[in-house]
Amino acid sequence: MDFLTIIQVLDGTIRLAIPLLLACLAGLFSERAGIFDIGLEGKMLMAAFFSAAVAFYSGSAWVGLLAGIASSMVLSAIHGVASITFRGNQLISGVAINFLAAGLTVLIAQDWFNQGGRTEPLTGAARFNSIDLPGALTRIRDMADAGPLMQIYSELISGHPILTYIGFLFVPLTWWILFRTRFGLRLRAVGESPEAVDTAGVSVVGLRFAAVAICGMLCGIAGAYLSTAIQAGFTKDMTANRGYIALAALIFAKWRPWYALYACLLFGLFFAIDNRFQNITILGLQLPVQFMQSLPYILTVVILAGFVGKAIPPRAGGEPYVKER
Amino acid sequence: MTFARSLLASAAALALSAGAALANPAIIFDLGGKFDKSFNESAFNGAKKWAEETGESFSEIEMQSEAQREQALRRLAEDGANPIVMTGFAFATVLGEVAPDYPDTKFVIIDGVVDAPNVRSVVFKEHEGSFLVGMMAGMASESGTVSFVGGMDIPLIRKFACGYAQGVKAANADATIIQNMTGTTPSAWNDPVKGSELTKAQISQGSDVVYAAAGGTGVGVLQTAADEGIYSIGVDSNQNHLHPGSVLTSMLKRVDVAVYDSFSAGADGIEPGIVALGLAEGGVDYAMDENNADLVTDEMTAAVDEAKQKIIDGEIEVHNYETDSSCPAM
Repeated sequence: MDFLTIIQVLDGTIRLAIPLLLACLAGLFSERAGIFDIGLEGKMLMAAFFSAAVAFYSGSAWVGLLAGIASSMVLSAIHGVASITFRGNQLISGVAINFLAAGLTVLIAQDWFNQGGRTEPLTGAARFNSIDLPGALTRIRDMADAGPLMQIYSELISGHPILTYIGFLFVPLTWWILFRTRFGLRLRAVGESPEAVDTAGVSVVGLRFAAVAICGMLCGIAGAYLSTAIQAGFTKDMTANRGYIALAALIFAKWRPWYALYACLLFGLFFAIDNRFQNITILGLQLPVQFMQSLPYILTVVILAGFVGKAIPPRAGGEPYVKER
Repeated sequence: MTFARSLLASAAALALSAGAALANPAIIFDLGGKFDKSFNESAFNGAKKWAEETGESFSEIEMQSEAQREQALRRLAEDGANPIVMTGFAFATVLGEVAPDYPDTKFVIIDGVVDAPNVRSVVFKEHEGSFLVGMMAGMASESGTVSFVGGMDIPLIRKFACGYAQGVKAANADATIIQNMTGTTPSAWNDPVKGSELTKAQISQGSDVVYAAAGGTGVGVLQTAADEGIYSIGVDSNQNHLHPGSVLTSMLKRVDVAVYDSFSAGADGIEPGIVALGLAEGGVDYAMDENNADLVTDEMTAAVDEAKQKIIDGEIEVHNYETDSSCPAM
């Protein structure tokens, strides 16, 4: 295996990790505030559709992104009303959101585009194209002859859509908001001990709604990344369970932003390896492709069971807050 | 009283037979969806053409999950649809169980084989068409490495891959062929993100022509090929228009013709049995139009047409993966 191959696998890792990372951070905000959210998948899917559809009609990926965020936040609001205002079961509300998004996206797509639940392919400015940093090589074929530093620069650092860089920026930003601001302190407190926050005279409901809204925004970016950055259009069920993998990464990361980054990169790496090496021959024994495709999941179980240790969720997670019993 | 009863009975019988004669044909699309720009869409185009020409209508059902197959088939048969055409190998088992229950209904299965007196099985010699596009890939490739992205890992898709590999080797004996399958479950037909990633991995291994036989996943393959500036080859429908200048050609599988012929023949005209449509029957071919005219040289067309004639004459025998589950060229 040569150096460029490693770089290319790492590049694939970044592409596959970004939607997981954004969804994982979305779940982090929500769960830190005590609202479990298994509707990440549905919100991403909804945002993927609306950002692709609106980008197609408006011709601007940025307008599409805003539409995607808005649609995802609408679903967040539904989740918030059901689980915060009406104190419903958060898991059931999340499942409902997933079903709603899976059905609604295909239905609307069929009505608007008549293509069996997909949008028209996006071209030009309707898509987040890769940003090529100055001096970087753009084609994979040209990179083979370049030096190692140039390969790292061209393949790994340059050539990603802007949402990739934004996604990475959200990691320190999330850390700063949660651990260095008053809002973050209260947000964490509301997930651990809402009665204390309430006693201090801060609105539990308001904080939780804020967290759910941030969650919707991040899921919206993740969905837009799928349909307008790495793909050029929406196809039905295109999130392909990435929302659930993000939830696994969140537990894996023990609800911390930097750990979330590492967890998502690790998952991305597994998927990239699976895509690149479908047939590996080890010691004269050819591993079947089915084994390689299940490897990410096998490794997940191994790592979760063996290395992570005890993951303790926020104490008030999943519990609707009732002022007096 | 008896007279009136027999009159009524015969009127009812007449009405029933009239109903049967007027029965509309029906088509069931497999997972991947009607508008996959590929296999199912080709079938739909055949049905649409028939409807436009005759002014009649047809019923259709789009599969949403594996569990619906039998239900959909039975529902159409109960409703009196005749003939019922279904696209996809996955219907074979279900149809084998359902067909004997409706002896008066004619079924047509495309891509699968069911042995029953009221079933016509239409299969294609995809290896022959794939051989031709493989030759074009071998000639168009500058790096000497070409690749294949399959959908679900089933013998049918390996048949595409094997014909392709033989064609590539026929044009360039030293060529390297990379083969990847998207997955082992039906969702592999609908994962463009993974299709993109596989294509990128293949390009980084030197491939400069990629052939996608992967249903909706192929949309991502062709998109990535266009983004990265390499050639791609479409499948089933003519996909040359999707990315003009990047799609070298498409391996046409005339599912539309098979559907159109079945609908035109009607319930009475359909003959049971197995038909295999190859180059000689016009069942498979490669696509040329204004979108790829600049990409394909006269030399390539000449070589491919010569090979096509030789396959029809039997001078070149393209190995069929399904006969012995192995591929000499891979």
